[in-house]
Amino acid sequence: MNYKFYAWIIFLSILAIGGWIAYSIQLHYGLTVTGMGKEVSWGLYIANFVFLVGIAASAVIVVLPAYIYNKGDFKNIALIGELVAITAILMCFLFVIVDLGRPERILYVIRYPSTKSVMFFDFVALSGYLLLNVLAVTGYLLENNKWAKIFIFLSIPWAISIHTVTAFVFSGLIARSFWNTAILAPRFLASAFASGPALLVMVSLIINRYTKVEINKDAILKLAEIVTYAMIVNFFMISVETFTVFYGGISEEIKHFVYMFLGLDEFNTLVTLTWLSFLTGIISVLILLNPGTRKKEVTLFLACLLLLVSIWIEKGLILVIPAYVPSTIGTIEEYWPTHVEIFVTFGIWSTGFLFLSLILKKILKIIEVHSKFEES
Amino acid sequence: MMGRRQFLIFTGYGILSLFISNRVLEKLLNDFQNVSKNATPKWGMIIDLKKFNAFSIEKKEEVINVCRLEHNIPLIGGKDRVEWIWLMKFGDVFSRKNFLESYDVPVLCNHCENPPCVKVCPTQATFKREDGIVQQDYHRCIGCRYCMAACPYGARSFNWRDPKPFIPVINPNFPVRTKGVVEKCNFCAERIETGELPACVEKSDGSFIFGDLNNINSKINKILDSNYYIQRKEYLSTEPKVYYLI
Repeated sequence: MNYKFYAWIIFLSILAIGGWIAYSIQLHYGLTVTGMGKEVSWGLYIANFVFLVGIAASAVIVVLPAYIYNKGDFKNIALIGELVAITAILMCFLFVIVDLGRPERILYVIRYPSTKSVMFFDFVALSGYLLLNVLAVTGYLLENNKWAKIFIFLSIPWAISIHTVTAFVFSGLIARSFWNTAILAPRFLASAFASGPALLVMVSLIINRYTKVEINKDAILKLAEIVTYAMIVNFFMISVETFTVFYGGISEEIKHFVYMFLGLDEFNTLVTLTWLSFLTGIISVLILLNPGTRKKEVTLFLACLLLLVSIWIEKGLILVIPAYVPSTIGTIEEYWPTHVEIFVTFGIWSTGFLFLSLILKKILKIIEVHSKFEES
Repeated sequence: MMGRRQFLIFTGYGILSLFISNRVLEKLLNDFQNVSKNATPKWGMIIDLKKFNAFSIEKKEEVINVCRLEHNIPLIGGKDRVEWIWLMKFGDVFSRKNFLESYDVPVLCNHCENPPCVKVCPTQATFKREDGIVQQDYHRCIGCRYCMAACPYGARSFNWRDPKPFIPVINPNFPVRTKGVVEKCNFCAERIETGELPACVEKSDGSFIFGDLNNINSKINKILDSNYYIQRKEYLSTEPKVYYLI
């Protein structure tokens, strides 16, 4: 176990260092080293940001039964869910920072706040959510933790707000008809409640397999059910939007969807990804709907992995890029991430996993001691 | 002790007084606004497409390039390009296929009355001045490019790289930007301050008309009153202040 764990840590560290090197190249030359440009001005970084805001939903979905209804089975998994959420929010901040042209000015958002900007509120919502989850985890680890309950209660409406406000960042723009739809916020919620718990299921299965801590199987299966329903609702909302656009025949908006699904003339970089997203999504839902495969660890793990791939594409690249193609002036310039962007992205992901692995190792030890103490 | 009846009467008076003072305040505010409306100009621009398209291509490019020289805009091609004013085809700008399709249309920041870019900026680095010019503060901008997502006209450019090596001759009277900030047309605010016309207007031989929209006697208002004009994406109700005569 120990040997495997350290190999994992070293592997992540190497990737993280690679990310740092790539980022220092980007800092030196500017964002010209990315695939972004005049017409497609947001790319892989913002795509990952949006996806990770969704992952942060992992906390709230398990906090509810664990603390509010005081279900013992959920206590351990709730703690892990909160740690996953904290990691996800930290990664969100990293992805925003690497996307900025002048990262050293990031605190201007607080120094010169603009209450008209949704991005300012997104900053507030995400920082608040991070703080609430840190307080909740601290409360769990301390003996006298009555005071923590208020933060746990607060974190539930707050979790809804982070998805909604992040969706508003996009849906509030009249310039981009692809985003300018009321369904975006509900869609973000649905895909968050699918992807967050899916990652949590995967982490829990790994913990059950490789550590002495035992996470309640029923709690994991309950989560898997939530994942299934949320993903189906998500698919439903995507089809509702697609119907409205195509049947209504909004000429400007149709082009973005055609670009995504079929490509416009010779411009079809995203088409494969789009269909890959739907394919992996449908396979994962089929696995999850069938009780036999849902209850089996291997297939459950696979389903969650496929679902994460599906949502990473759907709430990432094919959410951000098609809004820019065709551009507001009707021209077509395609986007594909460069090596630097990909390395930085891998760097942030491995930094996140590094953080999560190290902190989980510490916390799992505490849980282990706790449960032994209770037994004796 | 106050009885219930008395209490209700007092509350009623209270609400009434609030209402009246609000009315008075509103009137005062309106008067004040009317005065200031007349006092400060609101800048707008007309582009006469017929006149402009009578020019040779060299002349057209001269009108565009004078802006580049005036504002230290780097000469970068491809995805990293920086543009304040540039030429597009009529058919693309107004998505209309008709006999004007191949007309050259100069496009620039519209200095919208309801600028979506100003609303979204998280640090107030872009703001609308009292005279209607939408300005960019290069020292405040954090380079998040939210404004570029919000602008319906593609009028904003980001400095993807250090612009300095790409400026052939630097104009010492205008700041050179650094990498990592957004910029765009400023309606030549620095020239308006000294009573000059915007650089492109000066070079346009009368095909661009610049003036005060708040002054009913201004040339720009007279032309707008008596001609058919179009604006870019007027259905978005951003209220562009660049008008095209066709």
